[in-house]
Amino acid sequence: MTRRRGPRAWFRGDGPHTLVFLLPLLLCFGLFSWRPILDSAVMAFQQTNLVTVPTWVGWDNFERVLADPLLGTAVLNTLWFAALAIVLGYPVPLVVAVLMSEVRRGKGLFSALAYLPVVVPPVVAALLWKFFYDASPTGVFNTIIGWVGIPPQPWLQDQATAMPSLVLFATWSAAGGTVIIYLAALIAVPPELYDAAEVDGAGVWRKVWHVTMPQLRGVLLITFILQIIGTAQVFLEPFLFTAGGPANSTTTILLLIYKYAFQNSLGGDYGAATALSLMLAVVLAVFSAVYFRITRSWSDS
Amino acid sequence: MSVELLRRRVRRPKPAADAPDRGILSVADRRRRGVRITTRASHTVLLVSLIVVGLGPILWLAKSAVTPTQDTLRQPLALWPNGIDLENLVTAWTRVEIDRYFANTVLLALGVWAVQVLVATTAGYALSVLRPKYGKAIVGLVLATLFVPSIVLLVPLYLTIVDPPLVGQSLINSFWAVWLPAGANAFNVLLVMRFFDGLPREVFEAARMDGAGPYRLFWSIVVPMSRPVIGVVSVFAIIGAWKDFLWPMLVLKDPAVQPLSVRLPQLQQFIELDVFLAALAISTVIPVVLFLVFQRLFLNGAGLGGAVKG
Repeated sequence: MTRRRGPRAWFRGDGPHTLVFLLPLLLCFGLFSWRPILDSAVMAFQQTNLVTVPTWVGWDNFERVLADPLLGTAVLNTLWFAALAIVLGYPVPLVVAVLMSEVRRGKGLFSALAYLPVVVPPVVAALLWKFFYDASPTGVFNTIIGWVGIPPQPWLQDQATAMPSLVLFATWSAAGGTVIIYLAALIAVPPELYDAAEVDGAGVWRKVWHVTMPQLRGVLLITFILQIIGTAQVFLEPFLFTAGGPANSTTTILLLIYKYAFQNSLGGDYGAATALSLMLAVVLAVFSAVYFRITRSWSDS
Repeated sequence: MSVELLRRRVRRPKPAADAPDRGILSVADRRRRGVRITTRASHTVLLVSLIVVGLGPILWLAKSAVTPTQDTLRQPLALWPNGIDLENLVTAWTRVEIDRYFANTVLLALGVWAVQVLVATTAGYALSVLRPKYGKAIVGLVLATLFVPSIVLLVPLYLTIVDPPLVGQSLINSFWAVWLPAGANAFNVLLVMRFFDGLPREVFEAARMDGAGPYRLFWSIVVPMSRPVIGVVSVFAIIGAWKDFLWPMLVLKDPAVQPLSVRLPQLQQFIELDVFLAALAISTVIPVVLFLVFQRLFLNGAGLGGAVKG
């Protein structure tokens, strides 16, 4: 509504009022988003302890983090979590959504049931599942798998099974959201495409493979990268279930950042924590850029 | 709700005579015996697994909240072998002071809701309706925050709360430490902007002609018209605040001001299992009830989220 006129016209028109409406945004984003983002770029090169004035230390923080023997473990654990989450969690919502989209009656019930785990507060769900994962033969999951003759599993208490147990929980608590996104995308597939495929003699499977999947490609590519970015920052599951154990087998990058900043008896090593989070952010940014570069040609159907 | 209508309209421009509403399967497909049996079987399997996986843990929690500890430990899947123990809920609510943490959670959620709705609607109005020249730059800066992983913010934001500008005293242990940063939610701002962009501009022009100033236009025209999008923002604000864990844990260190999500993991060490499970059940009731009441908003909103991200 405003055209380029003089400052006086700006002042007499909507100019100041627009600023009033923008004030909440500018304050919230300025203080709690833009400034901290800029701060993190500076703090990674400083030694900050909240008492004395921060001092510039160059690349020291980065060197200290890179020399930490736990870093390698944390990176491998995070990659392992991400890989398991893709194998376990990526196909499930897709299959559920495709099946669900063909439900004629009671579709609302199906989607409500699928979404229910998403609304359970994650802390409550994690504490509940921690009890389910009880390693004794009378543990909830051990009782259930006992019905089909599988011997009791150690779940969270063994280095080999701890991470898959966390991923199983993470999949349970997040899959519903992805199902709903896929359902929305499935509804948007133009019915004419199916009509056309039938004219060409395609059966059900060929329609799924040659019409549905290509139509979902854009959404699938996005949910994939969002899942990678999300799993790279996994915190709640290892923090609540295992606190990084047993023997650091579930220590993730975020747990390490948290440890640097908030679990240090000598006072928080804020420099190391920001240095590591900055490195993680850069890796994720480069990965996403490469990913979108490579997949750009795939997504137009 | 209007999104739903829109989607339906897009979906079936002209109801065809034989297939008013089709997906992958055509009417002819559905008539084939093999297809019909497979579909029905797969849907039954799907429904049963959704009930077991989606509803099962919640029902188990509800059951165990009123079961004595020993029964839950020895026969976790039996239905009340030695009777129901409603006392658990009372003990959790009063002696363990779940009532206090519950009230804290409610206050936190309401504050987050108020701040997020205020920021999103005023910003959306300024950027999409008033459209100042510098608006594009602000939108760009807001958009940019979506690409910064939240972990980058964690430490600097924490230090901002410890030593905030303008305020002069630490906000640690104050609800403001959770309320204010919640307002910096780019997703909300973009959602509201998209909705406002879709409102008919003629209405605004007409109101202007009738002499409505920018505040009147906002309060009497734009806010009433934007109820659907405010609904979506509200529901996600409240559920998000209820779920939040890491941030409140960092800034609310005094147990007296902590919400359920922060307090529950610590309570586990002091209290008996049956009371603890009762506390977990109490913490789940509000989000689940909100979901059941506003189902449409959730399920459409989640789809909307996907559309925005896409």
